[in-house]
Amino acid sequence: MISGILQYEFLQNAFLTGMIIGIIAPLLGVFIVVRRLSLIADALSHVTLAGIAASLLLEKKFIGLSGLNPLYMGMAFSVAGSLFIEKLRAVYKHYQELAIPIILSGGIGLGVIFISLADGFNTDLFSYLFGSVSAVSRLDLWTILIISVLVIALVVLLYKELFLLSFDEEHAKASGIAAKSVHFIFIVMVALVIAASMRIVGILLVSSLMTLPVAASIRIAKGFKQTIFLSMLFGEISVLGGLTISYYIDLAPGGTIVMIAVLILIATILLKKLAGIKPA
Amino acid sequence: MEQPIIEIAHVSYRYEKENVLEDINLTINSGDFLGIVGPNGSGKSTLLKLILNLLKVQKGSVKLFGQEISRFKDWQNIGFVSQKANSFNTGFPATVFEVVSSGLTKKLGLFKFMGKADQAKVMRAIESVGMHEYAGRNIGELSGGQQQRVFIARALVSDPKLLILDEPTVGVDVKNVQSFYEMLDDLNKELGITLLLVTHDIGTISDKVTHVACLNKNLHFHGNTAEFESLNKNEMSEIYGHDVHVLTHNHDHHHHHHHDKGADR
Repeated sequence: MISGILQYEFLQNAFLTGMIIGIIAPLLGVFIVVRRLSLIADALSHVTLAGIAASLLLEKKFIGLSGLNPLYMGMAFSVAGSLFIEKLRAVYKHYQELAIPIILSGGIGLGVIFISLADGFNTDLFSYLFGSVSAVSRLDLWTILIISVLVIALVVLLYKELFLLSFDEEHAKASGIAAKSVHFIFIVMVALVIAASMRIVGILLVSSLMTLPVAASIRIAKGFKQTIFLSMLFGEISVLGGLTISYYIDLAPGGTIVMIAVLILIATILLKKLAGIKPA
Repeated sequence: MEQPIIEIAHVSYRYEKENVLEDINLTINSGDFLGIVGPNGSGKSTLLKLILNLLKVQKGSVKLFGQEISRFKDWQNIGFVSQKANSFNTGFPATVFEVVSSGLTKKLGLFKFMGKADQAKVMRAIESVGMHEYAGRNIGELSGGQQQRVFIARALVSDPKLLILDEPTVGVDVKNVQSFYEMLDDLNKELGITLLLVTHDIGTISDKVTHVACLNKNLHFHGNTAEFESLNKNEMSEIYGHDVHVLTHNHDHHHHHHHDKGADR
Protein backbone atom coordinates (compact mmCIF):
# COMPACT_ATOMS: atom_id res chain seq x y z
CA MET A 1 0.00 0.00 0.00
CA ILE A 2 2.91 2.36 0.72
CA SER A 3 3.91 2.10 -2.92
CA GLY A 4 0.31 2.74 -3.84
CA ILE A 5 0.30 5.91 -1.78
CA LEU A 6 3.50 7.06 -3.44
CA GLN A 7 2.13 6.23 -6.83
CA TYR A 8 -1.48 7.40 -6.82
CA GLU A 9 -2.53 10.95 -6.05
CA PHE A 10 -6.04 9.88 -5.00
CA LEU A 11 -4.59 7.68 -2.25
CA GLN A 12 -2.35 10.49 -1.04
CA ASN A 13 -5.39 12.77 -0.91
CA ALA A 14 -7.43 10.23 1.01
CA PHE A 15 -4.75 9.40 3.57
CA LEU A 16 -3.60 12.97 4.18
CA THR A 17 -7.19 14.17 4.54
CA GLY A 18 -7.88 11.21 6.80
CA MET A 19 -4.92 12.10 9.01
CA ILE A 20 -6.16 15.66 9.32
CA ILE A 21 -9.76 14.86 10.18
CA GLY A 22 -8.62 12.09 12.53
CA ILE A 23 -7.23 14.92 14.62
CA ILE A 24 -9.71 17.78 14.29
CA ALA A 25 -12.97 15.81 14.48
CA PRO A 26 -12.18 14.34 17.94
CA LEU A 27 -10.61 17.65 19.04
CA LEU A 28 -13.93 19.45 18.64
CA GLY A 29 -15.72 16.26 19.64
CA VAL A 30 -14.33 16.53 23.18
CA PHE A 31 -16.03 19.89 23.69
CA ILE A 32 -19.22 18.62 22.05
CA VAL A 33 -19.41 15.56 24.29
CA VAL A 34 -18.68 17.29 27.60
CA ARG A 35 -21.24 19.95 26.76
CA ARG A 36 -23.77 17.21 26.05
CA LEU A 37 -24.28 18.43 22.49
CA SER A 38 -23.41 15.13 20.77
CA LEU A 39 -26.54 15.15 18.62
CA ILE A 40 -25.71 18.52 17.11
CA ALA A 41 -23.09 16.77 14.99
CA ASP A 42 -25.78 14.45 13.63
CA ALA A 43 -28.13 17.31 12.83
CA LEU A 44 -25.43 19.27 11.04
CA SER A 45 -24.22 16.31 9.01
CA HIS A 46 -27.72 15.86 7.62
CA VAL A 47 -27.88 19.52 6.75
CA THR A 48 -24.55 19.08 4.98
CA LEU A 49 -26.18 16.33 2.93
CA ALA A 50 -28.82 18.81 1.80
CA GLY A 51 -26.07 21.19 0.73
CA ILE A 52 -24.27 18.51 -1.23
CA ALA A 53 -27.49 17.38 -2.90
CA ALA A 54 -28.25 21.00 -3.81
CA SER A 55 -24.80 21.39 -5.30
CA LEU A 56 -25.07 18.18 -7.32
CA LEU A 57 -28.51 19.24 -8.53
CA LEU A 58 -27.20 22.60 -9.74
CA GLU A 59 -24.31 20.85 -11.40
CA LYS A 60 -26.66 18.53 -13.26
CA LYS A 61 -29.24 21.11 -14.31
CA PHE A 62 -26.83 23.87 -15.32
CA ILE A 63 -23.94 22.75 -17.44
CA GLY A 64 -22.14 26.03 -16.68
CA LEU A 65 -21.83 25.00 -13.04
CA SER A 66 -20.19 21.68 -13.71
CA GLY A 67 -17.03 22.75 -11.90
CA LEU A 68 -18.92 23.30 -8.66
CA ASN A 69 -17.30 21.52 -5.71
CA PRO A 70 -20.07 20.05 -3.51
CA LEU A 71 -17.81 20.49 -0.48
CA TYR A 72 -18.33 24.27 -0.52
CA MET A 73 -22.10 24.11 -0.68
CA GLY A 74 -22.05 21.43 2.01
CA MET A 75 -20.05 23.75 4.26
CA ALA A 76 -22.34 26.68 3.57
CA PHE A 77 -25.41 24.61 4.47
CA SER A 78 -23.73 23.22 7.58
CA VAL A 79 -22.78 26.67 8.85
CA ALA A 80 -26.27 27.99 8.08
CA GLY A 81 -27.71 24.98 9.91
CA SER A 82 -25.57 25.70 12.96
CA LEU A 83 -26.86 29.26 13.07
CA PHE A 84 -30.45 28.02 12.82
CA ILE A 85 -29.83 25.64 15.72
CA GLU A 86 -28.62 28.54 17.84
CA LYS A 87 -31.68 30.60 16.90
CA LEU A 88 -34.00 27.70 17.75
CA ARG A 89 -32.26 27.10 21.06
CA ALA A 90 -32.98 30.71 21.94
CA VAL A 91 -36.62 30.40 20.82
CA TYR A 92 -37.23 27.16 22.77
CA LYS A 93 -35.42 28.16 25.95
CA HIS A 94 -36.99 25.35 27.96
CA TYR A 95 -36.77 22.70 25.24
CA GLN A 96 -33.33 23.42 23.82
CA GLU A 97 -32.84 19.87 22.56
CA LEU A 98 -35.83 20.37 20.23
CA ALA A 99 -33.57 22.41 17.95
CA ILE A 100 -31.67 19.27 17.00
CA PRO A 101 -34.51 17.09 15.62
CA ILE A 102 -35.99 20.13 13.89
CA ILE A 103 -32.77 20.88 12.02
CA LEU A 104 -32.01 17.20 11.45
CA SER A 105 -35.34 16.41 9.83
CA GLY A 106 -35.30 19.70 7.96
CA GLY A 107 -31.91 18.76 6.55
CA ILE A 108 -33.01 15.32 5.41
CA GLY A 109 -36.26 16.66 3.99
CA LEU A 110 -34.46 19.23 1.91
CA GLY A 111 -31.83 16.70 0.84
CA VAL A 112 -34.44 14.19 -0.30
CA ILE A 113 -36.23 16.84 -2.35
CA PHE A 114 -33.01 17.86 -4.09
CA ILE A 115 -32.10 14.23 -4.78
CA SER A 116 -35.57 13.50 -6.23
CA LEU A 117 -35.50 16.66 -8.35
CA ALA A 118 -32.18 15.59 -9.82
CA ASP A 119 -33.73 12.24 -10.68
CA GLY A 120 -30.58 10.42 -9.66
CA PHE A 121 -27.01 11.66 -9.76
CA ASN A 122 -24.07 10.82 -11.96
CA THR A 123 -21.77 11.24 -9.04
CA ASP A 124 -22.00 8.38 -6.66
CA LEU A 125 -24.16 9.60 -3.79
CA PHE A 126 -23.13 6.46 -1.96
CA SER A 127 -19.63 7.85 -1.49
CA TYR A 128 -21.03 10.95 0.23
CA LEU A 129 -23.13 8.86 2.58
CA PHE A 130 -20.48 6.35 3.63
CA GLY A 131 -17.17 7.88 2.64
CA SER A 132 -14.73 7.00 -0.08
CA VAL A 133 -11.05 6.30 -0.55
CA SER A 134 -11.05 7.54 -4.11
CA ALA A 135 -13.28 10.61 -4.12
CA VAL A 136 -11.05 13.16 -2.36
CA SER A 137 -9.58 15.69 -4.79
CA ARG A 138 -6.40 17.70 -4.29
CA LEU A 139 -8.59 20.80 -3.96
CA ASP A 140 -10.62 19.10 -1.21
CA LEU A 141 -7.39 18.31 0.59
CA TRP A 142 -6.22 21.92 0.47
CA THR A 143 -9.60 23.24 1.61
CA ILE A 144 -9.68 20.80 4.51
CA LEU A 145 -6.09 21.64 5.44
CA ILE A 146 -6.85 25.36 5.62
CA ILE A 147 -9.95 24.73 7.74
CA SER A 148 -7.96 22.51 10.08
CA VAL A 149 -5.21 25.06 10.62
CA LEU A 150 -7.87 27.64 11.39
CA VAL A 151 -9.74 25.34 13.78
CA ILE A 152 -6.63 24.23 15.65
CA ALA A 153 -5.40 27.82 16.00
CA LEU A 154 -8.78 28.95 17.34
CA VAL A 155 -9.03 26.08 19.82
CA VAL A 156 -5.52 26.83 21.12
CA LEU A 157 -6.18 30.57 21.38
CA LEU A 158 -9.62 30.17 22.95
CA TYR A 159 -8.77 27.10 25.05
CA LYS A 160 -9.35 28.78 28.44
CA GLU A 161 -12.67 30.19 27.36
CA LEU A 162 -13.83 26.97 25.71
CA PHE A 163 -12.88 25.01 28.82
CA LEU A 164 -14.75 27.33 31.16
CA LEU A 165 -17.77 27.43 28.87
CA SER A 166 -17.84 23.63 28.81
CA PHE A 167 -17.22 23.06 32.49
CA ASP A 168 -19.45 25.73 33.95
CA GLU A 169 -21.47 27.78 31.49
CA GLU A 170 -23.11 29.83 34.22
CA HIS A 171 -19.80 30.77 35.80
CA ALA A 172 -18.41 31.62 32.37
CA LYS A 173 -21.23 34.06 31.79
CA ALA A 174 -21.10 35.46 35.32
CA SER A 175 -17.35 36.04 35.18
CA GLY A 176 -17.83 38.28 32.19
CA ILE A 177 -16.06 36.39 29.42
CA ALA A 178 -17.57 36.74 25.96
CA ALA A 179 -19.43 33.44 26.33
CA LYS A 180 -21.84 34.11 23.47
CA SER A 181 -19.15 34.95 20.93
CA VAL A 182 -16.99 32.00 21.96
CA HIS A 183 -19.95 29.65 21.65
CA PHE A 184 -20.78 31.11 18.23
CA ILE A 185 -17.22 30.60 16.97
CA PHE A 186 -17.30 27.07 18.38
CA ILE A 187 -20.51 26.05 16.64
CA VAL A 188 -19.32 27.43 13.29
CA MET A 189 -16.09 25.45 13.69
CA VAL A 190 -18.12 22.30 14.34
CA ALA A 191 -20.13 22.93 11.17
CA LEU A 192 -16.97 23.36 9.08
CA VAL A 193 -15.27 20.26 10.48
CA ILE A 194 -18.35 18.14 9.83
CA ALA A 195 -18.43 19.22 6.21
CA ALA A 196 -14.69 18.66 5.93
CA SER A 197 -14.90 15.14 7.38
CA MET A 198 -17.77 13.84 5.28
CA ARG A 199 -15.62 13.00 2.22
CA ILE A 200 -13.76 10.37 4.21
CA VAL A 201 -16.22 9.00 6.78
CA GLY A 202 -19.43 9.87 5.00
CA ILE A 203 -22.32 12.00 6.17
CA LEU A 204 -24.07 9.26 8.12
CA LEU A 205 -20.97 8.50 10.17
CA VAL A 206 -19.33 11.89 10.68
CA SER A 207 -20.77 12.33 14.14
CA SER A 208 -19.33 9.01 15.29
CA LEU A 209 -15.81 10.19 14.50
CA MET A 210 -16.49 13.16 16.76
CA THR A 211 -17.99 11.18 19.62
CA LEU A 212 -16.67 7.59 19.73
CA PRO A 213 -12.98 8.43 20.29
CA VAL A 214 -14.06 10.85 23.02
CA ALA A 215 -16.33 8.28 24.63
CA ALA A 216 -13.34 5.92 24.81
CA SER A 217 -10.86 8.49 26.07
CA ILE A 218 -13.18 9.86 28.76
CA ARG A 219 -13.20 6.41 30.39
CA ILE A 220 -9.49 6.34 31.07
CA ALA A 221 -8.08 9.89 30.84
CA LYS A 222 -6.86 11.99 33.75
CA GLY A 223 -7.81 15.57 33.14
CA PHE A 224 -9.08 17.51 30.19
CA LYS A 225 -5.87 17.87 28.20
CA GLN A 226 -5.26 14.14 28.38
CA THR A 227 -8.85 13.53 27.28
CA ILE A 228 -8.20 15.68 24.22
CA PHE A 229 -4.88 14.00 23.49
CA LEU A 230 -6.23 10.45 23.78
CA SER A 231 -9.30 11.31 21.72
CA MET A 232 -7.11 12.54 18.89
CA LEU A 233 -4.92 9.45 19.17
CA PHE A 234 -7.95 7.11 19.03
CA GLY A 235 -9.40 9.14 16.15
CA GLU A 236 -6.17 8.89 14.22
CA ILE A 237 -5.87 5.13 14.77
CA SER A 238 -9.48 4.64 13.66
CA VAL A 239 -9.11 6.70 10.49
CA LEU A 240 -5.77 5.28 9.34
CA GLY A 241 -6.71 1.71 10.25
CA GLY A 242 -10.12 2.07 8.66
CA LEU A 243 -8.76 3.56 5.45
CA THR A 244 -6.15 0.82 5.14
CA ILE A 245 -8.68 -1.96 5.60
CA SER A 246 -11.14 -0.32 3.24
CA TYR A 247 -8.41 0.01 0.60
CA TYR A 248 -7.47 -3.66 0.76
CA ILE A 249 -10.92 -5.20 1.04
CA ASP A 250 -12.63 -2.54 -1.05
CA LEU A 251 -15.15 -1.44 1.56
CA ALA A 252 -16.61 2.02 2.20
CA PRO A 253 -14.15 3.60 4.70
CA GLY A 254 -16.93 5.07 6.86
CA GLY A 255 -17.87 1.63 8.08
CA THR A 256 -14.35 0.37 8.79
CA ILE A 257 -13.32 3.62 10.53
CA VAL A 258 -16.34 3.58 12.81
CA MET A 259 -15.96 -0.12 13.62
CA ILE A 260 -12.35 0.42 14.71
CA ALA A 261 -13.52 3.32 16.89
CA VAL A 262 -16.15 1.01 18.40
CA LEU A 263 -13.50 -1.66 19.10
CA ILE A 264 -11.29 0.93 20.83
CA LEU A 265 -14.27 2.01 22.90
CA ILE A 266 -15.03 -1.57 23.95
CA ALA A 267 -11.35 -2.10 24.80
CA THR A 268 -11.27 0.93 27.09
CA ILE A 269 -14.46 -0.14 28.85
CA LEU A 270 -13.00 -3.62 29.43
CA LEU A 271 -9.70 -2.11 30.54
CA LYS A 272 -11.49 0.03 33.08
CA LYS A 273 -13.47 -2.98 34.31
CA LEU A 274 -10.32 -5.05 34.76
CA ALA A 275 -8.60 -2.19 36.57
CA GLY A 276 -11.63 -1.92 38.84
CA ILE A 277 -11.48 -5.59 39.83
CA LYS A 278 -7.96 -5.31 41.15
CA PRO A 279 -7.94 -4.10 44.78
CA ALA A 280 -7.04 -0.45 44.84
CA MET B 1 -8.49 50.78 60.68
CA GLU B 2 -11.54 48.66 60.06
CA GLN B 3 -12.45 49.37 56.51
CA PRO B 4 -16.08 48.69 55.62
CA ILE B 5 -16.29 46.17 52.77
CA ILE B 6 -20.05 45.96 52.47
CA GLU B 7 -22.38 48.66 53.76
CA ILE B 8 -26.07 47.98 53.50
CA ALA B 9 -28.33 50.79 54.67
CA HIS B 10 -32.14 50.75 54.88
CA VAL B 11 -32.48 48.24 52.09
CA SER B 12 -35.92 46.87 51.31
CA TYR B 13 -36.86 44.69 48.38
CA ARG B 14 -40.17 43.48 47.04
CA TYR B 15 -41.13 41.04 44.32
CA GLU B 16 -44.53 41.92 42.82
CA LYS B 17 -46.52 42.66 45.96
CA GLU B 18 -44.56 40.79 48.56
CA ASN B 19 -41.86 42.32 50.70
CA VAL B 20 -38.87 39.99 50.89
CA LEU B 21 -36.49 42.27 52.71
CA GLU B 22 -37.45 45.08 55.05
CA ASP B 23 -35.14 47.83 56.13
CA ILE B 24 -31.91 45.86 56.30
CA ASN B 25 -28.90 47.53 57.86
CA LEU B 26 -25.68 45.61 57.85
CA THR B 27 -22.00 46.49 57.72
CA ILE B 28 -19.23 44.01 57.05
CA ASN B 29 -15.76 45.22 57.86
CA SER B 30 -12.46 44.11 56.46
CA GLY B 31 -11.38 40.91 58.17
CA ASP B 32 -14.86 39.90 59.33
CA PHE B 33 -16.16 36.38 58.98
CA LEU B 34 -19.91 36.89 58.92
CA GLY B 35 -22.42 34.08 58.85
CA ILE B 36 -25.94 34.98 57.76
CA VAL B 37 -28.51 32.39 58.84
CA GLY B 38 -32.15 32.29 57.98
CA PRO B 39 -34.82 29.76 57.10
CA ASN B 40 -35.80 29.05 53.53
CA GLY B 41 -37.60 32.01 52.03
CA SER B 42 -36.09 34.45 54.49
CA GLY B 43 -34.68 36.64 51.75
CA LYS B 44 -31.10 35.34 51.99
CA SER B 45 -30.67 34.80 48.29
CA THR B 46 -32.32 38.12 47.50
CA LEU B 47 -29.84 39.82 49.79
CA LEU B 48 -26.95 38.00 48.10
CA LYS B 49 -28.21 38.96 44.66
CA LEU B 50 -28.39 42.59 45.75
CA ILE B 51 -24.80 42.43 47.00
CA LEU B 52 -23.65 40.80 43.75
CA ASN B 53 -25.59 43.34 41.68
CA LEU B 54 -27.68 40.59 40.11
CA LEU B 55 -30.74 42.50 41.34
CA LYS B 56 -31.06 46.29 41.33
CA VAL B 57 -31.46 47.99 44.68
CA GLN B 58 -35.02 49.30 44.97
CA LYS B 59 -34.85 51.10 48.28
CA GLY B 60 -31.89 52.02 50.45
CA SER B 61 -28.27 51.75 49.46
CA VAL B 62 -25.57 49.12 49.04
CA LYS B 63 -21.92 50.10 49.02
CA LEU B 64 -19.02 47.82 48.18
CA PHE B 65 -15.51 48.84 49.22
CA GLY B 66 -16.90 52.30 49.98
CA GLN B 67 -18.45 52.77 46.57
CA GLU B 68 -22.10 52.85 45.52
CA ILE B 69 -22.85 49.49 43.92
CA SER B 70 -24.12 51.10 40.71
CA ARG B 71 -20.67 52.60 40.17
CA PHE B 72 -18.64 49.66 41.51
CA LYS B 73 -16.26 48.19 38.96
CA ASP B 74 -13.68 46.07 40.78
CA TRP B 75 -15.63 42.82 40.70
CA GLN B 76 -12.42 40.79 40.65
CA ASN B 77 -12.11 41.74 44.34
CA ILE B 78 -15.17 39.65 45.08
CA GLY B 79 -15.13 35.88 44.82
CA PHE B 80 -18.43 34.01 44.81
CA VAL B 81 -19.03 30.32 45.32
CA SER B 82 -22.62 29.60 44.42
CA GLN B 83 -24.80 26.86 45.79
CA LYS B 84 -25.01 25.51 42.26
CA ALA B 85 -21.27 24.96 42.15
CA ASN B 86 -21.80 21.44 43.46
CA SER B 87 -24.43 20.53 40.90
CA PHE B 88 -21.94 20.53 38.03
CA ASN B 89 -21.39 17.62 35.66
CA THR B 90 -19.43 15.28 37.93
CA GLY B 91 -18.37 13.17 34.97
CA PHE B 92 -16.44 16.08 33.53
CA PRO B 93 -12.91 14.93 32.73
CA ALA B 94 -10.91 17.72 34.35
CA THR B 95 -8.33 17.66 37.12
CA VAL B 96 -8.52 19.80 40.22
CA PHE B 97 -5.65 21.85 38.81
CA GLU B 98 -7.52 22.48 35.56
CA VAL B 99 -10.71 23.47 37.36
CA VAL B 100 -8.92 25.93 39.63
CA SER B 101 -6.98 27.32 36.64
CA SER B 102 -10.27 28.18 34.99
CA GLY B 103 -10.73 30.80 37.73
CA LEU B 104 -8.03 32.84 35.99
CA THR B 105 -9.80 32.92 32.62
CA LYS B 106 -11.17 36.43 32.91
CA LYS B 107 -8.13 37.86 34.64
CA LEU B 108 -5.70 36.58 32.00
CA GLY B 109 -7.87 37.83 29.17
CA LEU B 110 -8.39 36.61 25.62
CA PHE B 111 -5.57 34.84 23.76
CA LYS B 112 -3.33 34.78 26.85
CA PHE B 113 -1.74 31.63 28.18
CA MET B 114 -0.94 30.70 31.74
CA GLY B 115 2.67 31.36 32.70
CA LYS B 116 4.81 29.85 35.44
CA ALA B 117 3.67 32.51 37.91
CA ASP B 118 0.01 31.75 37.17
CA GLN B 119 0.57 28.04 37.69
CA ALA B 120 2.25 28.73 41.02
CA LYS B 121 -0.72 30.88 41.95
CA VAL B 122 -3.11 28.04 41.12
CA MET B 123 -1.08 25.66 43.30
CA ARG B 124 -1.14 28.18 46.17
CA ALA B 125 -4.92 28.46 45.90
CA ILE B 126 -5.20 24.67 45.95
CA GLU B 127 -2.91 24.48 48.98
CA SER B 128 -4.85 27.15 50.82
CA VAL B 129 -7.94 24.93 50.80
CA GLY B 130 -5.87 21.88 51.75
CA MET B 131 -6.30 20.03 48.46
CA HIS B 132 -2.70 19.92 47.17
CA GLU B 133 -2.59 16.13 47.33
CA TYR B 134 -5.51 16.01 44.92
CA ALA B 135 -4.29 18.51 42.33
CA GLY B 136 -3.91 15.84 39.64
CA ARG B 137 -7.14 13.97 40.42
CA ASN B 138 -10.27 14.23 38.33
CA ILE B 139 -12.86 16.44 40.00
CA GLY B 140 -15.52 13.74 39.76
CA GLU B 141 -13.52 11.36 41.96
CA LEU B 142 -13.71 13.69 44.97
CA SER B 143 -16.29 13.85 47.74
CA GLY B 144 -18.81 16.68 47.88
CA GLY B 145 -16.83 18.51 50.55
CA GLN B 146 -13.60 18.21 48.60
CA GLN B 147 -15.33 19.49 45.46
CA GLN B 148 -16.61 22.45 47.44
CA ARG B 149 -13.03 23.23 48.48
CA VAL B 150 -11.94 23.10 44.86
CA PHE B 151 -14.60 25.65 43.93
CA ILE B 152 -13.43 27.87 46.75
CA ALA B 153 -9.88 27.56 45.40
CA ARG B 154 -11.18 28.54 41.97
CA ALA B 155 -12.71 31.66 43.50
CA LEU B 156 -9.50 32.38 45.47
CA VAL B 157 -7.12 32.13 42.54
CA SER B 158 -7.92 35.61 41.30
CA ASP B 159 -7.02 37.08 44.74
CA PRO B 160 -10.39 38.36 45.92
CA LYS B 161 -10.56 40.49 49.08
CA LEU B 162 -14.09 39.34 49.83
CA LEU B 163 -15.33 35.79 49.42
CA ILE B 164 -19.07 35.10 49.39
CA LEU B 165 -20.25 31.54 49.98
CA ASP B 166 -23.84 30.44 49.41
CA GLU B 167 -24.71 27.35 51.47
CA PRO B 168 -21.16 26.01 51.31
CA THR B 169 -21.77 23.12 53.69
CA VAL B 170 -24.49 21.53 51.57
CA GLY B 171 -22.98 18.27 50.34
CA VAL B 172 -20.26 18.26 52.99
CA ASP B 173 -20.30 15.28 55.35
CA VAL B 174 -21.27 16.20 58.88
CA LYS B 175 -17.96 14.90 60.18
CA ASN B 176 -16.07 17.11 57.75
CA VAL B 177 -17.97 20.31 58.47
CA GLN B 178 -15.65 21.17 61.34
CA SER B 179 -12.49 20.89 59.25
CA PHE B 180 -14.24 22.81 56.49
CA TYR B 181 -14.76 25.70 58.88
CA GLU B 182 -11.17 25.43 60.05
CA MET B 183 -10.09 25.86 56.44
CA LEU B 184 -12.31 28.95 56.12
CA ASP B 185 -10.89 30.22 59.40
CA ASP B 186 -7.37 29.94 57.95
CA LEU B 187 -8.40 31.87 54.85
CA ASN B 188 -9.87 34.53 57.09
CA LYS B 189 -7.02 34.80 59.61
CA GLU B 190 -3.95 33.96 57.56
CA LEU B 191 -4.83 35.40 54.16
CA GLY B 192 -6.97 38.17 55.61
CA ILE B 193 -9.90 37.45 53.33
CA THR B 194 -13.23 38.84 54.42
CA LEU B 195 -15.82 36.08 54.38
CA LEU B 196 -19.57 36.23 54.01
CA LEU B 197 -21.31 32.92 54.39
CA VAL B 198 -25.02 32.28 53.97
CA THR B 199 -26.79 29.18 55.24
CA HIS B 200 -30.27 28.02 56.16
CA ASP B 201 -28.91 25.51 58.61
CA ILE B 202 -28.25 27.08 61.96
CA GLY B 203 -26.61 23.88 63.14
CA THR B 204 -23.73 24.25 60.74
CA ILE B 205 -22.80 27.79 61.77
CA SER B 206 -19.60 27.30 63.63
CA ASP B 207 -17.79 29.17 66.36
CA LYS B 208 -15.25 30.07 63.70
CA VAL B 209 -17.41 32.91 62.38
CA THR B 210 -16.74 36.26 64.03
CA HIS B 211 -20.23 37.63 63.47
CA VAL B 212 -23.68 36.20 62.97
CA ALA B 213 -26.73 37.82 61.45
CA CYS B 214 -30.15 36.24 61.43
CA LEU B 215 -32.38 37.09 58.56
CA ASN B 216 -36.05 36.59 58.19
CA LYS B 217 -37.29 39.40 56.04
CA ASN B 218 -35.87 41.67 58.72
CA LEU B 219 -32.42 41.46 60.12
CA HIS B 220 -33.06 40.12 63.59
CA PHE B 221 -29.70 39.98 65.10
CA HIS B 222 -26.30 41.13 64.15
CA GLY B 223 -23.56 40.67 66.63
CA ASN B 224 -20.43 38.76 67.38
CA THR B 225 -20.49 35.06 67.99
CA ALA B 226 -20.43 35.27 71.77
CA GLU B 227 -23.55 37.39 71.76
CA PHE B 228 -25.19 35.01 69.36
CA GLU B 229 -24.53 32.03 71.59
CA SER B 230 -26.03 33.81 74.55
CA LEU B 231 -29.35 34.07 72.78
CA ASN B 232 -31.82 31.84 74.55
CA LYS B 233 -34.13 29.33 72.99
CA ASN B 234 -37.08 31.67 72.88
CA GLU B 235 -35.14 34.18 70.97
CA MET B 236 -33.95 31.55 68.53
CA SER B 237 -37.40 30.17 67.89
CA GLU B 238 -38.55 33.68 67.43
CA ILE B 239 -35.99 34.21 64.70
CA TYR B 240 -36.94 31.03 63.00
CA GLY B 241 -40.46 30.73 64.18
CA HIS B 242 -43.75 32.34 64.23
CA ASP B 243 -44.38 35.03 66.80
CA VAL B 244 -42.00 37.89 66.64
CA HIS B 245 -41.46 39.77 69.85
CA VAL B 246 -39.44 42.80 70.66
CA LEU B 247 -35.72 42.27 70.58
CA THR B 248 -33.62 44.33 72.85
CA HIS B 249 -30.08 44.27 71.69
CA ASN B 250 -27.68 47.08 71.98
CA HIS B 251 -27.45 47.24 68.22
CA ASP B 252 -28.54 50.02 65.99
CA HIS B 253 -31.12 48.13 64.06
CA HIS B 254 -34.84 48.47 64.22
CA HIS B 255 -37.09 46.46 66.46
CA HIS B 256 -40.27 45.10 65.12
CA HIS B 257 -43.71 44.45 66.46
CA HIS B 258 -45.54 42.22 64.09
CA HIS B 259 -46.54 38.73 63.26
CA ASP B 260 -44.29 37.27 60.65
CA LYS B 261 -46.35 35.38 58.14
CA GLY B 262 -43.47 34.84 55.82
CA ALA B 263 -41.56 32.32 57.88
CA ASP B 264 -42.39 29.27 55.85
CA ARG B 265 -42.39 30.82 52.44
